[in-house]
Amino acid sequence: MNQTTQHGFEPKIIAFVCTWCTYAGADLAGTSRMQYPANVRVLKFPCTGRIDPVFILKAFQQGADGVLVSGCHPGDCHYIAGNFHARRRFAAFRKLLEFIGVDLSRLQFSWVSAAEGGKWVEVVTDLTEKVRAMGPMVEFKELALEEQWSGVIDTPELKEAYNAI
Amino acid sequence: MSRIGVFICHCGENISRTVDVERVASEIGKHPGVAFSTDYKYMCSDPGQTLLKKAIQEQKLTHIVVAACSPRMHEKTFRKAVEAAGLNPFLCEMANIREHCSWVHENREEATLKAIDIVGMMVERVKKNRILPTITVPVTKRSLVIGGGIAGIQAALDIADCGHEVILVEREPSIGGHMAQLSETFPTLDCSQCIMTPKMVDVANHPKIKLYTYSEIELVEGYIGNFQVTIKKKARSVDEDKCTGCGVCMTKCPQKKIPNKFDQNIGMRTAIYVPFPQAVPNTPVIDRENCTWFKTGKCGICQKVCGPGAVDFEQQDRLIVEAVGAIVVATGFDLYSIAEKPKGSPIKGYGEFGHGKIPDVIDGMTFERLASASGPTGGRILRPSDGKEPKQIVFIQCIGSRAREKGISYCSKVCCMYTAKHTMLYHHKVHDGQAYVFFMDARTPGKSYDEFWRRSIEEEEAVYIRGMVSRLYQKGDKIVVMGSDIAVGVQVEIEADMVVLATAVMPQKGADTLAQKLGISYDKYHFYSEAHAKLRPVECATAGIYLAGACQGPKDIPETVSQASAAAAKVMTLFSKDKLEREPIVARVREIGCVGCFACKKVCAYGAIEEKEIRDRQGNLIKVVAYVNPGVCAGCGTCQATCPSKSVELDGYTDEQIVAMIEAL
Ligand SMILES: Cc1cc2nc3c(=O)[nH]c(=O)nc-3n(C[C@H](O)[C@H](O)[C@H](O)COP(=O)(O)OP(=O)(O)OC[C@H]3O[C@@H](n4cnc5c(N)ncnc54)[C@H](O)[C@@H]3O)c2cc1C
Ligand code: SF4
Ligand code: SF4
Repeated sequence: MNQTTQHGFEPKIIAFVCTWCTYAGADLAGTSRMQYPANVRVLKFPCTGRIDPVFILKAFQQGADGVLVSGCHPGDCHYIAGNFHARRRFAAFRKLLEFIGVDLSRLQFSWVSAAEGGKWVEVVTDLTEKVRAMGPMVEFKELALEEQWSGVIDTPELKEAYNAI
Repeated sequence: MSRIGVFICHCGENISRTVDVERVASEIGKHPGVAFSTDYKYMCSDPGQTLLKKAIQEQKLTHIVVAACSPRMHEKTFRKAVEAAGLNPFLCEMANIREHCSWVHENREEATLKAIDIVGMMVERVKKNRILPTITVPVTKRSLVIGGGIAGIQAALDIADCGHEVILVEREPSIGGHMAQLSETFPTLDCSQCIMTPKMVDVANHPKIKLYTYSEIELVEGYIGNFQVTIKKKARSVDEDKCTGCGVCMTKCPQKKIPNKFDQNIGMRTAIYVPFPQAVPNTPVIDRENCTWFKTGKCGICQKVCGPGAVDFEQQDRLIVEAVGAIVVATGFDLYSIAEKPKGSPIKGYGEFGHGKIPDVIDGMTFERLASASGPTGGRILRPSDGKEPKQIVFIQCIGSRAREKGISYCSKVCCMYTAKHTMLYHHKVHDGQAYVFFMDARTPGKSYDEFWRRSIEEEEAVYIRGMVSRLYQKGDKIVVMGSDIAVGVQVEIEADMVVLATAVMPQKGADTLAQKLGISYDKYHFYSEAHAKLRPVECATAGIYLAGACQGPKDIPETVSQASAAAAKVMTLFSKDKLEREPIVARVREIGCVGCFACKKVCAYGAIEEKEIRDRQGNLIKVVAYVNPGVCAGCGTCQATCPSKSVELDGYTDEQIVAMIEAL
């Protein structure tokens, strides 16, 4: 990548976080007036256990250049074990992503507790800088065109199939 | 068509200093679906909330986004305001443009663009929000207490004194637990029976307490406020209503040489027995394994001598179902045995101490029974082997505890203190005797505890040796104790008359089975887990179930009683309302899509997912689907991300809402 395109590029980072630990940690970064790049957009979930890998694909399709998933530290889950389920799920998912050729450096998993405002800043800054250096993510944006979202029953065929049951 | 109202807060200057709020308001005003968009200095203030309410009514707004601070700060405030204006509170969302934007970015342009993005994202989300009704569940104001040790007794009395009925279930024939076995108690040396038995009698006489002894929990169904508990009342062979507790049967029973568990098997009892004279209830039980009638069909003396005709050889186990709203688990502890090497357990036993085969090597609880005025020796310290008074006695602390190689790494917490107590009791009873204590550390935090421990050395002449014992063996009528004194760096050998081991406090055997029935979690040793180690120490993660006493971890009596009262207070908090209200962020199953794989059931840590049969009008089973009990669901959404057929959905965090947010970016 040449100097000029890299210079003008501001990556889009989407963060999926749990409300109890990482969202609260990001709040703490705010109340402590820490500074970090403005590229990140935060989506709040009750628990990382709620985060469907499909959301990550969706984010890449929508033009995200980097995705961050962050929740409570292992053993600290507000819902006992949601983050363990998430960890297991994403371990498998990363392999899939790798298999289809996505550079895994664009996808970051981390544990940020409600007390770790500083760590939130670090994680977001690192990811933003890393992705900025990598340049835009193009592979998935094309896929967005041939939309095949299975989450909602919105195609007539599917609806019909369900009604037939 | 939705008419969305967007309200951008300046937060004084906290937001407006870096975010151009007017520009955000005007940009968002152009967003499809947005009918009204404005900015205001302090949205959370009274005039701010009035502005919001007025706009809802005048502009006929259907959905609201307040862009201000973190929802963790004011979501409740704005949802209340929205509700007051006649909208469902869950049609209001907050966009966090303070903590996540104005406070963390300096560049005004970047911050403003980010704020527009954040608000736009929430606008798209709120469009997909649905009306969510507040969920209420009825509360049965009766509670179950499992275990009748001091923890269960205290919790039961506290709850019953508040006027709520309590079902107290105890596995043994009498309540009392370990505290009833103790002689005198640290740190004040008051007699355990003297402080314990009045409480036991209070339980028996309390009009609000229903006591089931010699009973166990068979099955627990339901959820917070609405549990159904099946209790197995084992056949006592004595009719509790007829028995007057005269005890004639026990004096006549020919089977007199059965080791009494209550006396740590050093005292003997009959086949029809009460474990100890002050037992509550004072109704005997026939131990069918040792009763001549049950073994040979002959004898029946007790039945013949019983005036009121209470002995009933035909009695059967009975199942009783009770409905309760809350459960306190107070099943206490067990003690480590140096003899045991249970299969599959990390417990290793102590081969170097003769595996429990040396008769005068006893554990701390046996010493309590020897020292107890109502114990088998009438309070005299005598050796089990020959009944002689030991003149040299060695106490060894940390047996099993803090010994990773023996399978337990935790500290049992009470042994330092009770060993100090034992040296005192010994010195009071055997004036010319000498007590030695092998210890690793003396752990005596607690009010008046360290003073108590020091007294055992300074006034009661116990010799404390810091070090471990490597071997014990019988030599003639002595026990040779080989150890090291690490303070001085020498080997020590003592020829003792008796050795007392401070064995580790462990969970009850079968603690895991009970936990599985209750759906509560436990640690690797099978101590029950609290919901939060610091902030929710008496609650289980499973709503409506509370913990008290040593079943949660080693505890002394003051701590046990505090926790029991705390658990009772939690139960009373629950009972203070007729209905439980909870946030309607719960999962729901779309039955039509559910294929009944129950992947969701496996990941739900709360046991909220049940199996539900779908039948046609003729009553033929069509399929079995998942059903989420809204009273139990905690709203984590793990099931939704797990469901392979996308048939379970978490209200408030549906795929639709989240995808709308991603698409807005
Ligand atoms: C040798 C020794 C000396 C001690 N000395 C002192 C002292 O001087 N001072 C002090 O403060 N502390 C002392 N302690 C600690 C004290 O014994 C405990 O703090 C206290 O007994 C804990 O009470 P609990 O009710 O939690 O448990 P427990 O006393 O163990 O009671 C639990 C009850 O639950 C019943 N149960 C168990 N499982 C079930 C089930 N599945 N269903 C129904 N019922 C069940 C049991 O039968 C028992 O009655 C001593 C401990 C030991 C081992
Ligand atoms: S995981 Fe989904 S399909 Fe399987 S039982 Fe649960 S709701 Fe039904
Ligand atoms: S949302 Fe969480 S608590 Fe509720 S049913 Fe699903 S997995 Fe269980």
